[in-house]
Amino acid sequence: MIEAKGIVKSYGDHQALKGLDLSIKEGSIFGLLGPNGAGKTSFIRILNQILAADEGEVYFKGQALKAEHIKQIGYLPEERGLYPKMKIGEQLLYLAQLKGLSKSTAQKRIKEWLNRFELWDRKDAKVESLSKGLAQKVQFVASVIHEPELLILDEPFTGFDPVNTEVIKNEILGLNERGATIIFSTHRMESVEELCEDIVLINKGSRLLGGKLHTVKSEYKSGWFIAETAQAWQAAKPSWESESLRSKGQGDFSYRINIGDDAKEELIQSLLNSGLISFKEEIPSLNEIFIQSTQDA
Amino acid sequence: MSNLGLIIKREFSTRVRKKSFIILTFLAPVLMAVLLFLPAYLATLPGDEKVITILDESVIMDFHKGTDEIKLKYLNPKEFNFETAKALSESSGDYAFLHVPKSEGGDPDFVARNIRLFRAGDVSLSVEGFFEDILESYIQKEKLKAEGVDPGIIARTKTNVNLRVINTEAGLETENATLLKMGIGYVCAFAIYLFIFIYGSQVMRGVIEEKSNRIMELMVSSVKPFELMMGKIIGIGALALLQFVIWIGLGALIFTIFTATFIDPAMATGNPQAGAEQLNALQDTPAFEIYRSLQTVNFSNVLFSFLFYFIGGYLLYGALFAAVGSAVDKEADSQQFMLPLTIPLILSLLVILRALDNPDGALAVWMSQIPLTSPLVMVARIPFDVPLWQQALSMVLLILTFLAAVWLAAKIYRTGILMYGKKPTFKELYRWTRYRN
Repeated sequence: MIEAKGIVKSYGDHQALKGLDLSIKEGSIFGLLGPNGAGKTSFIRILNQILAADEGEVYFKGQALKAEHIKQIGYLPEERGLYPKMKIGEQLLYLAQLKGLSKSTAQKRIKEWLNRFELWDRKDAKVESLSKGLAQKVQFVASVIHEPELLILDEPFTGFDPVNTEVIKNEILGLNERGATIIFSTHRMESVEELCEDIVLINKGSRLLGGKLHTVKSEYKSGWFIAETAQAWQAAKPSWESESLRSKGQGDFSYRINIGDDAKEELIQSLLNSGLISFKEEIPSLNEIFIQSTQDA
Repeated sequence: MSNLGLIIKREFSTRVRKKSFIILTFLAPVLMAVLLFLPAYLATLPGDEKVITILDESVIMDFHKGTDEIKLKYLNPKEFNFETAKALSESSGDYAFLHVPKSEGGDPDFVARNIRLFRAGDVSLSVEGFFEDILESYIQKEKLKAEGVDPGIIARTKTNVNLRVINTEAGLETENATLLKMGIGYVCAFAIYLFIFIYGSQVMRGVIEEKSNRIMELMVSSVKPFELMMGKIIGIGALALLQFVIWIGLGALIFTIFTATFIDPAMATGNPQAGAEQLNALQDTPAFEIYRSLQTVNFSNVLFSFLFYFIGGYLLYGALFAAVGSAVDKEADSQQFMLPLTIPLILSLLVILRALDNPDGALAVWMSQIPLTSPLVMVARIPFDVPLWQQALSMVLLILTFLAAVWLAAKIYRTGILMYGKKPTFKELYRWTRYRN
C-alpha cells in the first residue's frame, strides 16, 4: 500500500526525518510507534501531502504519491478540532464534500454513521454543545466518511472512556475487515499489541526496528525461561544460570532460568522431575521493547 | 463543486447568517441616516414659543414681529417706564424682557452699548443671536440716517457674487467642481479603508480561530493550504461586497425617502414636468450648481476604479492579514505583525488630505502608484481625471503586488498554520517562506 524510501524532512536546522524507509502491506493494521519528537507526525503529514519530503520517495499502491490520492486517505489527527459554531450534520457534509463525495452520497453516509453512534437526533446541534467524547466520535466519522483505502489514526483513543474505546476499536476492526489499510500511531502499547500485525518503531527521525509484531517480539527474547515447580529444583548443569523468584511474590518454587545454547528438552526434563507446574519463555512486552530500544538508541 | 468553491461557500454562508452581520448591515445605514437627518428634522419641528417683552424707548426696532419661535411684545414707552415694564414682564411669566434705552442726543452707539436683555436664568443662544442680529442692523440704519444716507439705497444695491470657475483642460470648458470631487474622492477612499480594515481583520480572526480550534490539520489533509486561504479571503470578500451593495441600496432608499419628506415631494413622486420646472427655477441656486458640476465628473471611471481598488486592495491586504493570522496563536499576539499593515493604510488617509488639495502633486502621484497605498490614494485622485498611463500603471502594479503577496502569504500560511505555541519573529517568518513544502 505504502512504500517510503529514504524520506528526509528538515525544518530549518532541525532534521525531523533522516532517511526513513518503511513499507505498509495492503489490508494490514500497521503500528507506527515512536517517542515524542521521533518524526511520526512529520511522516503522517507527508503521507497526507500537508508537507512534502525534502528527499526520498513515497509510493501509494505503486504510484508516486500525488494529489489525487488525498481522496483515498482518511486522517484522524492527534490535534482534534471542528468548527465549533457549525451544526454536526453541516460540518460532516462539508468535510465529506471536500473529500470529493457528492451531496446525496455524503448525506446518506452521514445518516448511517450518526445512527450507528446514536447521534442522528443531534445532527442539528452545534459542535460546541457536544461533550468531548461525542465531538471525538463526530471527528472519527469525518475521517472515515469517504470510505478511504488508507486510514491514518493518530492516537485515536485519547479522549474516549473505556466503553467508547471499545466501540471505536470495533469500528476500526470492521473497516479493516472491509479492506481498509490502517496506520495506527500511538504511545499506548497495549492497544498496539491488541490490534496491529506489523509495526515500525522510529526514533530521532529514522527506523529503529520493525516487521511482524511477533517476529519483533521474538527478536527481543532474552533467552530466559520462567518456571514453577512443585518441589525445589536444582540446575542440572553448572553452565545454567538461575534465580529464585520467591522474593518477588511468585510462589515458593518459581525460577528464572538461562540455559545458554543448550537444548530446551534437557531443561524441561529436569523441571518435570521436580513436578513442573508452569513453563514459559520470557518475552518482553512491546512497552519494554519500546523503552529499551529507544534508550539504547 | 470544487474545493475552493466549497470553502468560499462555507466562509460566506456561515458569516452571512450571523446575527452580528445582519444587524450591522441593516442597522448601520439606518443609524447613519438618523445621525445625518435627525438635526435637519429637529430643526423643522416647531420649538417652544418664547414671548419676549420689549420696552423700546428709542423706537428703533420698527415693531419687528420676531420669528415662529420668538414672539415679540412691545410696551408703549409713554405708559411704561423701565421698572414698571420689567415688573409686568416678570409677573406675566414671559421668557425675557428687552430694554432699549432712550438715546441721549440721538447717539446710536449709546443705545447699542446700553441695550439689556433680562431673564431669570440662562438665555438660549438662538434668542441672544437673534437680538444681536436685528439690533445690529437697526442701529446701523440709525447711523446711516444720521449720516444722511437712505437705507433703502443700501438695500437695493446689495449684491451677491458667486464666481463660476471654468476648467479649460483638454480644450473643453467644463464647470469646476473641486469641492464635489474632493467629497467623492474622500468618501470612496474612506469606504475602502473601512472595508479593508473590517474585513481584513475578519480574515485574520478566521485563520486564528481555525488554528485555535485545531481544525487546521484536518482541513489541510483534505485541501491545499492555498485553497483554504484563498477560499477564506474570497468568501469574506464576497460578504464585504454584499454588505457594501446593501448599504448603497439602503442609502439610496433612505435618501429618496428623505428628499421626498423634507425637501421636494414632487421629485419623489417622479412627476417629470414638476421636475423640469423645478430645474428651471433652480438655475442660479447652489443646488443647481451642484447638479451642473456633477456632470463634469466621469462617474463610470469613478465607479470602475472604486470597484477595482476596493477588490484589489482588499485581496492584497486580505492575503497579508491571513499570513499574520497563520503566524500567531491568539489575536493579542498579532499586534507586532499588524503594524506594518496598518501604517500604510493610515498614512494613505493622511496623504489623501494633502492629495485632494493638490491631486497632481508628486506626493499624490507617487503614493497612488505604491501598491500598499494606491487603493486609497488613487481612488481619491480619480475624480480629478488622472492621466490614463498613471491609472493603468497603478492598476498593473497592484495586480502584480497582489500576486506576489499571495505567493508570500501562502508560504507563511502553510508553515504557520501548523505551528503552535511559539511567537515567531519577522526573521522566522522570512525563514518560513524559504521552506520547501
